[in-house]
Amino acid sequence: MRQSIIQWFRFASPQSFYPLAGRMIPWFWASAIAFGIAGLWISFFVAPTDAQQGEGYRIIFVHVPASWMSMFLYLIMAFWAGLGLALNTRVSGMMAQAIAPTGALMALLSLWTGALWGKPMWGAWWVWDARLTSELILFFLYLGFMALQAAIDDPRRADKAGAILALVGVVNIPIIYFSVKWWNTLHQGSTINLTKAPSMAQTMLWGMLLMALCFWMYSIAVALTRVRAIILERERHTEWVKHALE
Amino acid sequence: MKPRQKRIALIAGGLASLAIAAMLTLNALDSNIALYVTPSEVAAGKSPQGKAFRIGGLVKEGSVKRQDMTVRFIMTDTVKEIPVAYTGILPDLFRDGKGAVVQGRLGGDGVFVATEVLAKHDENYMPPEAKHAIDQAQKKP
Repeated sequence: MRQSIIQWFRFASPQSFYPLAGRMIPWFWASAIAFGIAGLWISFFVAPTDAQQGEGYRIIFVHVPASWMSMFLYLIMAFWAGLGLALNTRVSGMMAQAIAPTGALMALLSLWTGALWGKPMWGAWWVWDARLTSELILFFLYLGFMALQAAIDDPRRADKAGAILALVGVVNIPIIYFSVKWWNTLHQGSTINLTKAPSMAQTMLWGMLLMALCFWMYSIAVALTRVRAIILERERHTEWVKHALE
Repeated sequence: MKPRQKRIALIAGGLASLAIAAMLTLNALDSNIALYVTPSEVAAGKSPQGKAFRIGGLVKEGSVKRQDMTVRFIMTDTVKEIPVAYTGILPDLFRDGKGAVVQGRLGGDGVFVATEVLAKHDENYMPPEAKHAIDQAQKKP
């Protein structure tokens, strides 16, 4: 037991995490591209036209994975931030910092594609309903986290302040997810549920899941690339960084 | 307790109290977060008086009537009905028997004068052939 804990902590040191991340990045890029090609091919050429919405519904192949990722990434970011706060592991704070911009990008993508969808389908770019508003708050939480971290010079204090903000913001995630169930919203209910079969044609579902996998792989690849840069920046005074860059 | 355990306990306690606070706040805000009221709620007098609000429900099948630029239809939640008049362009997905959200004011004559009509689509996605098959199946008694 004790032995295994020590093994895990080894990767919490930037020096051993840096090369590990470097080895993993190409694999995540390769699978992101593979899933992306398969997902886009299904979404554009295989998935049938929707009976109600016509071709316009195809925006879900970007909209839904982006929304999922914006929520997942926030949970992962908060997890790392909380881990850093509780255990004082050094890479944790850097991971949280590395995930935030990708999470913000996903939230923005979700809002943007949602607006493009909303205009033709609903008749409005934006409505202040619970789902849309809570997703907008999520976007601001990401921006707030990034701004707060950037505003504090000492990285340890920046991590701590950011971690508290990230953990407080977790409250928003169940609100986003259940908003369509708890309140009257213009946004439709969830198509994919844990409790019942998805109410969507099989090929459409496949397209969406492949795109979600592509977004996952892309997010991990980008976050790892970013965390490597953060490690180098924060550890620039150490011996091993000087050796690593030679 | 070691300092590390203390920190973990503090964080867990903080998160738990935060979750309770959020739950209570949302509970208190409940009715204000809803985007629209249903026709039954309007009939029960729960709609805001004297100001614009939104009604959500189904467009009653066969109730849509066009007259020049004005469209008249009935919003229903299968229990209560409210007649609506709207002048303007309807969204593509606005259809008989489908969900919609209308924004406007309730006139003295009981007709809801809408300034905006939004279509509400459902969470089902299917190809036209599947839709056709379901429609056929539903027609059979």
